[in-house]
Amino acid sequence: MSRFVERHPAWALITIIAIAVALWLIFAVWPPGLEEAIGRKRVFLNAVFNGITLGGLYFLVASGFTLIFGLMRNVNLAHGSLYLFGGYVGYAINTSTGSWILGFIVAFVLTAVVGGLLQVIVFRRMEGQDLRQTMVTIGLSIVFADLMLWACGGDFYQIQTPNWLVGPIELPLVTAIKSSGEPVYLRYPLVRLVIFVASVAIGVAMWLALNRTRIGMIIRAGVDDRDILAATGVRIQLVFVAVFAFGAGLAGIAGVVGGTFQSLSPGEDIRFLLASLVVVIVGGMGSIPGAALGALIIGLAEQLGSVYIPTYAIVVTFLIMVLVLSIRPQGLLARR
Amino acid sequence: MSLAHDAQLAVGRATKAQRPARTWPEINNPTAWAVAAILLVMPLIASGFFLIEIFATTLILGTMALSLMFLAGYGGMVSLMQLTIAGFSAYMVAVFGVSGNANISLGWPWWLAVPMALALATAFGTLGGALAVRTEGIYTIMITLAIGAAFYYFTNQNWAIFNGHTGINNVATPHFWGVNWRADIPFYYVVLAVAALCYFAVEYLSRAPFGLALQGVRDNPRRMAALGFNVNAHRVAAYAFASFVAALAGVLQVWNYRQISPGSVSVGACIDVLIIAVVGGITRPIGPFIGALIFVLLRTFALDFLVRLGLDGNRFRLLIGVGFLAIVFWSSDGVIGLWQRWRQHQRREVSHSGGGRGHG
Repeated sequence: MSRFVERHPAWALITIIAIAVALWLIFAVWPPGLEEAIGRKRVFLNAVFNGITLGGLYFLVASGFTLIFGLMRNVNLAHGSLYLFGGYVGYAINTSTGSWILGFIVAFVLTAVVGGLLQVIVFRRMEGQDLRQTMVTIGLSIVFADLMLWACGGDFYQIQTPNWLVGPIELPLVTAIKSSGEPVYLRYPLVRLVIFVASVAIGVAMWLALNRTRIGMIIRAGVDDRDILAATGVRIQLVFVAVFAFGAGLAGIAGVVGGTFQSLSPGEDIRFLLASLVVVIVGGMGSIPGAALGALIIGLAEQLGSVYIPTYAIVVTFLIMVLVLSIRPQGLLARR
Repeated sequence: MSLAHDAQLAVGRATKAQRPARTWPEINNPTAWAVAAILLVMPLIASGFFLIEIFATTLILGTMALSLMFLAGYGGMVSLMQLTIAGFSAYMVAVFGVSGNANISLGWPWWLAVPMALALATAFGTLGGALAVRTEGIYTIMITLAIGAAFYYFTNQNWAIFNGHTGINNVATPHFWGVNWRADIPFYYVVLAVAALCYFAVEYLSRAPFGLALQGVRDNPRRMAALGFNVNAHRVAAYAFASFVAALAGVLQVWNYRQISPGSVSVGACIDVLIIAVVGGITRPIGPFIGALIFVLLRTFALDFLVRLGLDGNRFRLLIGVGFLAIVFWSSDGVIGLWQRWRQHQRREVSHSGGGRGHG
């Protein structure tokens, strides 16, 4: 951090000012002039919270994608299909047993099994042929999309939020002051906050597992140089299968989350594939902190964009990608 | 990269002895003359439905896939945004020209709207290419896919220019010299002329100094840079050319359907273009057209065919996906590669019947 400040003082200053402005916008009571210029504070705060929680969901999808790419150089364009598959499994479990948590567990296990099978049956045969693997994932995504359309139809599904998470809670953030002088606090759906906290917890756990455990050490070594790692006697194929299964499982969990937040339908797979592509391009391929930062930026940009410039929201996301590619082609937090 | 490269090496080895490098390969090939003759007299053979729905559509899709083949086969850059460029040019024809949505269309005559659309779409594709060449290899697919998907969602959201998810309908088609150029037979010849032009342009470029340098860049960018070639400039120029080809196909497409909507630039359609090119074979310009013919035939007749087999007729995408997977698994050079391998196998068996040294 201090090295960054030393090397790029101007950028550091801009970043600090931007953070300060953002904090002020979130915590201060807006003066009337500002409310007239850009609208109510409640709208702004809602967009920010939606953006952050959407960022949590994007992080869940993109972290699996980036983990798989980082270790195996496999751009898994079927990742969106795994997301949708997990969502449908979660929906089926949730409606048949009524348990939301069980839906997560089964979705994780089943998508992980699918991912592991893909690695064993398909990708192991074409190791080192990046382009061919990517083509295969494209073909698989078409096949999966059609199979899921066959099985589940074109309807919208929404996973029922469990009773103990239904309803909004009040957050200690003032959105406005009533004429009587009484402050109005922000009310926000509890389930989104819980899911956001859970995705942060998963992210931190992944970071700890990667940086503090033996298996994490093996994976990091594999990201840097998998040939040398294999030469030291690590059973690299086993590591590959485990990482692929874990990354796919994360996509499955994200599917259940997405099904609760929004809805599941054919086409969502492409949406989340695009989101994870942009997130990892912005954050840096193969980097978990990069995926977190990218997901936050893209989630915020998408939600703020859809509130303030509705018909050009996607352009904001896209411009961020262009900007990052022109300044730092390897992504914000990538090492190489 | 490796996909095109391996196949290119195999093909190169097989055909090097037969043809001198500097002539049109079609001149001494009787099959090529026969195909050209059949294409020219097609309106006598085929009725309106076959002429437009099968052959004109094949040629249009083939031209789009040809632009991808040029990038992937000669430049080693697999771009998934070729359909997006074509769709952009189609939208521009609708926006600048005459259409049923009078509040959006500017009402320019076609001879002004089309060059404008071509120029804008080429600029769009070149900018996208300039973005994509900032990274290498496998990243190209991701960036171009992101561009394509972003364009799809943008056309869906934006009502001021792209008219949201309803798109722009009743696009006017050219009408001059007393000929309605969208009538079946004239339109077929327009499409055929454009496709042939693009085909021979690609064929010519692949043997021109620029194309040879581009193939050098594909095989070993570092060495080409050391030789003094500007690697990125060659790649961006390749994107510019491919964008122009795709833009031409886009203009033809909007004239063909007379409407354009986000559905025609969806991510699935972008991927279809890749499938067409890969199934046909991305090492030679004829590949995309073969792939397009297979794709269009499947798309048109799969329903009847599947129903006749007693299966669900709606599983066309499944068929396409499985076929694509099979091609990627077993042939690095699509259908042409399979055919060529079969031919070599036959020849080897004829020349020395004992030589069973299969390669694969």
